Amino acid sequence: MTMFRQARWSEPVVYDISHDSKEGTLLDEEFKDYTSKFLSKIPKHIIRDALNIPSLSEVEVVRHFTRLSQMSYGVDLGPVPLGSCTMKYNPKICEELASDRRIVEAHPYLDEEDVQGLLEVLYTLQKWLSEIVGMDVCSLQTPAGAAGELAGALMIKKYHRDLGEAHRDEMIVPDSAHGSNPASAAMAGFKVVRIPTDSRGNTDIEALRAALSKRTAGVMLTNPNTLGLFEEYIVDIAREVHEIGGLLYYDGANLNGILGYARPGDMGFDVAHLNLHKTFAAPHGGGGPGAGAICAKGALVDYLPVPLVEYDGRKYYFKYDVPRTIGRISWFYGNIIPAVKSFLYIAALGPLVKEVAEVANLNTNYMLKKLSSLPGVDVVYGYGRWRKHEFVVSFEKLYKETGVSAEDVAKALLDRGLHAPTILFPLIVPEAHMIEVTETESRENIDHLINAYKEIINTAYTNPSEVKKSPQNTSVKRLDTVYGNLPKNIVLTYRSLKEKVT
Amino acid sequence: MPHPWIPSSYIKNELMKEIGISSILELFSDVPKELLLVRSLNIGFGKPLTEYQLVRVFDDLMKKNAYTYKVPPFLGGGVCFHHVPSVVKHVASRSEFYTAYTPYQPEITQGITRALFEYQSLVADLYAVDVVNASVYNGSTAMAEAVRLAVRATGRRIAVFSRSTHPEVVEVVRTWSEPVGISVSTVGYDRETGRIDLSELEDRVRKLKPAAVAVQTPNFFGIVEQDLKEISQVVHESGSLLIVYEDPIFTGILEAPGRLGADIIVGDTSSMGSGLNFGGPSAGILGIRDPEGKLLRQLPGRLIGYTKTVDGEDEGYIMVLQTREQHIRRERATSNITTNSTLEAIKAAVYVTLLGSSGLRKLGEAIAGRTVFLIERLESAGLEPAFKGGVYLREVLFRHSHVSNLRNFLKKHGVYIGPLVDRFYPELSNCGLVCVTEVHSKEDIETLAELVRMFSEVVTP
Repeated sequence: MTMFRQARWSEPVVYDISHDSKEGTLLDEEFKDYTSKFLSKIPKHIIRDALNIPSLSEVEVVRHFTRLSQMSYGVDLGPVPLGSCTMKYNPKICEELASDRRIVEAHPYLDEEDVQGLLEVLYTLQKWLSEIVGMDVCSLQTPAGAAGELAGALMIKKYHRDLGEAHRDEMIVPDSAHGSNPASAAMAGFKVVRIPTDSRGNTDIEALRAALSKRTAGVMLTNPNTLGLFEEYIVDIAREVHEIGGLLYYDGANLNGILGYARPGDMGFDVAHLNLHKTFAAPHGGGGPGAGAICAKGALVDYLPVPLVEYDGRKYYFKYDVPRTIGRISWFYGNIIPAVKSFLYIAALGPLVKEVAEVANLNTNYMLKKLSSLPGVDVVYGYGRWRKHEFVVSFEKLYKETGVSAEDVAKALLDRGLHAPTILFPLIVPEAHMIEVTETESRENIDHLINAYKEIINTAYTNPSEVKKSPQNTSVKRLDTVYGNLPKNIVLTYRSLKEKVT
Repeated sequence: MPHPWIPSSYIKNELMKEIGISSILELFSDVPKELLLVRSLNIGFGKPLTEYQLVRVFDDLMKKNAYTYKVPPFLGGGVCFHHVPSVVKHVASRSEFYTAYTPYQPEITQGITRALFEYQSLVADLYAVDVVNASVYNGSTAMAEAVRLAVRATGRRIAVFSRSTHPEVVEVVRTWSEPVGISVSTVGYDRETGRIDLSELEDRVRKLKPAAVAVQTPNFFGIVEQDLKEISQVVHESGSLLIVYEDPIFTGILEAPGRLGADIIVGDTSSMGSGLNFGGPSAGILGIRDPEGKLLRQLPGRLIGYTKTVDGEDEGYIMVLQTREQHIRRERATSNITTNSTLEAIKAAVYVTLLGSSGLRKLGEAIAGRTVFLIERLESAGLEPAFKGGVYLREVLFRHSHVSNLRNFLKKHGVYIGPLVDRFYPELSNCGLVCVTEVHSKEDIETLAELVRMFSEVVTP
């Protein structure tokens, strides 16, 4: 076994770090006399009397959080093959340039004429994204993918209302969809109709046809879907959805697999969201912030959230008069820093984005071929089809034969210094591993992953309890998700930790 | 053409051989022919750029930004220019943090779950509430989520807002709420004090019995709302919930909203380590005072909780109560939120820890003192606060008969104030915001006052 041992610091919760210092940063007190005037003007009961915040010296703050960082794991340490998350390498030059003072110190209420460079970046990115997805206009107002989904669902809702068709209250979503799709549809007030997946891994077109009705507002699809498979009937679906007056929504989480090869707009999608922190290399930040874009075609352009960045031939400006806009989905103009990183990423690659899709897909199929030949591993849907950016395998057989579950295998990967893929998703595949290695992993790294799987599976058949003990080499051993979720054990703050645990 | 960011682009042929294809196009054989893009995308600069070319291109673009702060900007409107300590930037640049994903494998990402647990704990203490989630996108979406949370918890469908809440926040709430039949009603402000009109609020609450009443303090005009306790009584008597939006920067000087009756607290970390970023990203703060445990199951967003290892010998932190979330509950989830603002939340935790109780107190006092000094100096230079009977904190709404020209005059000297608020409040023409924070020195404020005096002499000699 390749030895890996993650750092483990016996680092107390920040409240329990002992210290004699009182503060970690120097603040001036030059305005003390004026502060007293302020305090004399407001009632005593609205003045803060006590705070219970730990006070550490600067060096202790740095050590505390640096130690915590050493107990974390990201793309800079090794592959993070999480399916549908597109954990590609985040180029350092993009990080460096996006931290430019001329951006991070720009106030959102500066005049347009004073931020022409920034607006040009945002406008250009809107244009590039529109070209990539084959849509007319993209808005960067959405701070993340799910915010884009909400925006899209609200646009679809308003569109039907404006046509006097408010009775269209159903959103059709396949059972392989990301959970955020049905959640977003429900947030916009739609009833969600679930469609099964056929054996080739497509959205079941017969079931979809049967579900289409006068009540259909739209269909939300991810293409390639979460099985990594291109929806083979997409042209028919688009036509039939439009024929009954519905709209087609594109979840862009999986765009990496078709970048430069096929465009949602050409497929017939009316609205699309993109995740700039997936396809366009902005980092995930341990869960965020990301950045989204919401793109529209034809009549739906008039419904985009405001403001859009526009150009009149002389200057860039914020456009608020979008005739039927759903309004603001978030304040200001979106998550600018990740958006700038994506601008830089696309600027650096230019036409080579096609290379991204090619290698992402080659890596995927290379890994699928090797992994699916291992004992205990099954491909459930779309057997024999080429995958795009990701694939899903099932460890149900392994589980039945050895008692080693998909989760056990995932934990054993951690022990080898690798991050696990997305597990137990999509829900339609039992004991699933959903794997996306992206184009930024070398063949050596993929082989390393495959060998790790091989080793784990071998151990599962010879000594299953060994695998079930994983992980041993991470900073903590297997954590108990049941214990932490029992109502009597729920501890969400240090305050309640002190009350309940000690 | 291969590219170093795509290692195997140099060995595509070998990979093709491995999987048994002779043309890349075979991988796209299931894409209908008419959908295959035959031309190159018209993006980027027509060719790949070297790293230095990219630096040049970007620098040229950034040079087109005309603004230069001669003194730290006095721009306000919900977000202000605060110092981001070097320590915060340093910690956030640890790539174990920023290149990580959501901690779905907590054993290998204890650093992130721990830092988020500390964020939840610290922010809960700042606001004196029981639970704070692991962040949402920003203050505006935190408010939109807060309203929906209140709607779920009360079964009612009206939210009452003070008109002095950030207008863009209210716009966001409307976007998220009105299409699903949640209506927003606004209550005016007192023309003398700038505070919420208490009697109008009482009438409205009694009449509408809303799901929630939302108040921002200090409000959009910079005025400290002094009646939260009274407001909370009125709100609670009607079975409604009180949402308080407060920038966390004020929690060192103003009594915590949780102690004044707020049920749901909302804020944004722009002031606490995220910085301006032309408006984003920051982290949205969303928390609940929930003594009876009624709101917790309705709270959206990730929550980090304490647990033990399976062998019971050790402890750690994991995402808990995930059955509220979209990846499990799908259309019945409390929200669709997936990506949040973890890194910004970690920055806020670092920021708060760096200051500690005494630093937070001093910071609040530093801002309060500067606000008083600013008003004194600007009054003597001929600017009037728009609300004479109110107490301002950090931001001050000033009135000047030529406020737009004044703003432009100042800008020419590298001194920035604003925004003017008539675009949101037509009745407040000739009014603009001026914001002071811990970054402004006496000299900076004197410079501003001197320029205002110069301008006034030119306009009204």
